[in-house]
Amino acid sequence: MTEIPREEFVLKCTSACAGCPSSLALRYVLKAAGHDTVLVVPACCTSVIQGIFPFTSLNVTVYNIAFAAAAACASGMSEAFRKAGKKTSVIVYAGDGGTVDIGLQGLSAALEREEDFLYVCYDNEAYSNTGMQRSGATPYGARTTTTPAGKTHPKKDLDGIVAAHNPPYMATTCVAYPQDVFRKVQKALSIRGPSFIHLLAPCPTSWRFSPDLTIEMGKRAIRSGMWILYEREFGKVTINSVSKAALKNPLPLEDYLSPQGRFSGIGQREKDILISQARKMAKRLIHEEEGVC
Amino acid sequence: MLTIATGNKAVAAAVKELRPAVIAAYPITPQTEIVEQIAAWVAAGELDSSYIPVESEHSAMAACIGASVTGARTFTATSSQGLAYMHEMVNWAAGARLPIVMANVNRALAPGWNIWAEHTDAFQERDTGWLQVYVGTVQEAYDTVVMAYRIAEHEEVLLPVMVNLDGFLLSHSTQSLETDSPGDFVPPFRLPHAIDVAHPAGYGTLTGPDDYFRFRWDIERSMRNSSRVIRETEQDFSRRFGRTYAPVEEYRADDADVVVIAVGTLGKEAEVAVDLLRREGIRAGSLRIRWFRPFPDLDLSGRELVVIDRDYSFGFSGILAGSLRARTRADPYSVIAGLGGQEVTYDDIAGFVRGREPGRELWFGVDRNV
Repeated sequence: MTEIPREEFVLKCTSACAGCPSSLALRYVLKAAGHDTVLVVPACCTSVIQGIFPFTSLNVTVYNIAFAAAAACASGMSEAFRKAGKKTSVIVYAGDGGTVDIGLQGLSAALEREEDFLYVCYDNEAYSNTGMQRSGATPYGARTTTTPAGKTHPKKDLDGIVAAHNPPYMATTCVAYPQDVFRKVQKALSIRGPSFIHLLAPCPTSWRFSPDLTIEMGKRAIRSGMWILYEREFGKVTINSVSKAALKNPLPLEDYLSPQGRFSGIGQREKDILISQARKMAKRLIHEEEGVC
Repeated sequence: MLTIATGNKAVAAAVKELRPAVIAAYPITPQTEIVEQIAAWVAAGELDSSYIPVESEHSAMAACIGASVTGARTFTATSSQGLAYMHEMVNWAAGARLPIVMANVNRALAPGWNIWAEHTDAFQERDTGWLQVYVGTVQEAYDTVVMAYRIAEHEEVLLPVMVNLDGFLLSHSTQSLETDSPGDFVPPFRLPHAIDVAHPAGYGTLTGPDDYFRFRWDIERSMRNSSRVIRETEQDFSRRFGRTYAPVEEYRADDADVVVIAVGTLGKEAEVAVDLLRREGIRAGSLRIRWFRPFPDLDLSGRELVVIDRDYSFGFSGILAGSLRARTRADPYSVIAGLGGQEVTYDDIAGFVRGREPGRELWFGVDRNV
């Protein structure tokens, strides 16, 4: 079993919502990264979680930057550290809005230039920081304040986009599996060049479930096959064992959707679309892992 | 070394002497020559900088910000649409107190597409907290980039500097250039608030109404300090290299009854017009404003003023004329000329002076110059 350091870099004074998955995931990201790290944070929940000047709840250096600018800022920073002979890890910690929407251009360019930093997208599937408006990562059928009748477009395939850039390491993970988060961040930081981790962050505030269910919702996302844990290392896909088991015998979708207020009143048609998208994703990954495609 | 160069090449040559650790830029006409030359030197090993070929100007400034906050010297260059696209990060660089130096090759904003000279692109950025300087010759472009680093990185300033040169009129004009090595004229860069992972800190965290204004005031305090630092730097430059610059370049203005005021190459063209007018018996002079931010203190009492704006603030006035009215109580004859590269000769400028009507505004080519 992986030994996780006791030292905390997310201190006990964040201004996060109860049951916040993003601050919890960040605990493990930073435990894996250690002291010699700069976190680059665009506008997202983590801009707020740090607290208000002159205080901060994070015990590593954090550079806050504009919404669209995280990947480019991290590029400049990692180049400057390299030039100065420093081995400091640069980690972008960005929400889904800052990644799949406004920040996508900068991320794509940084991946193409093979910049040496880790980009973690914690995906709570909406603009949760500004009060749960839809993002490109919001799933089909989910109600947000800007899709009050349910989203009529599917979730953007961010991982497909990132994979098209062939980064040396990319992975998905979920806050419900802290050891998985820890291990993948460590691995990502051990590889030179750009690495990318897509972290599912079930958000009680935005998804409208009870704050004590954050971990449970993450587990159900994986067990239902709605989120698949895998890694792509130098092009080779490995579906992680928990997802392998889940894909063989998935939990009914209903078990994942029903505790979430955002899916209340969702019809069978929307459910079918969600299931077919999840199956398509699983099929693609299985084929990739087997080397079929 | 005495050579000949374009304005763009002069900027690149000065940057080469200053050896920024990180250069991030996106090409745009008419700035391209600057980044192409720098990229070529980096590729040939003649310039030991990390060159980041970003995908946009927004990212160019973001990358410079990320690099600068580690304590690295940085450079970027842009123009017009690029500067407008960069605007969010232009604000960020100043707010974050990062002494980034940027060359902006002044060009009109679309639509319609226009690649020729205009100052509205840079004047739009005047409220961002950047120091702004406008140059008039190739040599001045080189010298001003060198001075810009010393001024920006001065511990009492620590604000970014935008060096402006007119698109094509200067960026692509070839003149003689003395490429003096700056030596220790620009001290090594030390950023007091550089990232130090041994002492973790939050940069740009949420800042409430009880504190935000203090940071804004601190920018203004440094902007005011910069006036003295600019003067000292220009004086020291003159002592060391023998070329003299001032925040405002005066030409035969001492005894002038009427003074033409402009920035950039129009300010140089005005000097030719002054000579012409003097031969006609009109006691004319000219002032070329180099530093637009901080805005210079000017004593213009008792003179008639003809202000030429290669820019406009719609619904208000020429931006330079408006600034002069606000700061000097002067009521100039305001001429809007040269927009989008509209040709303005010294003859035209002399005509503006002959036909001046204090307090009125003339759109050259639209209104009749009476």
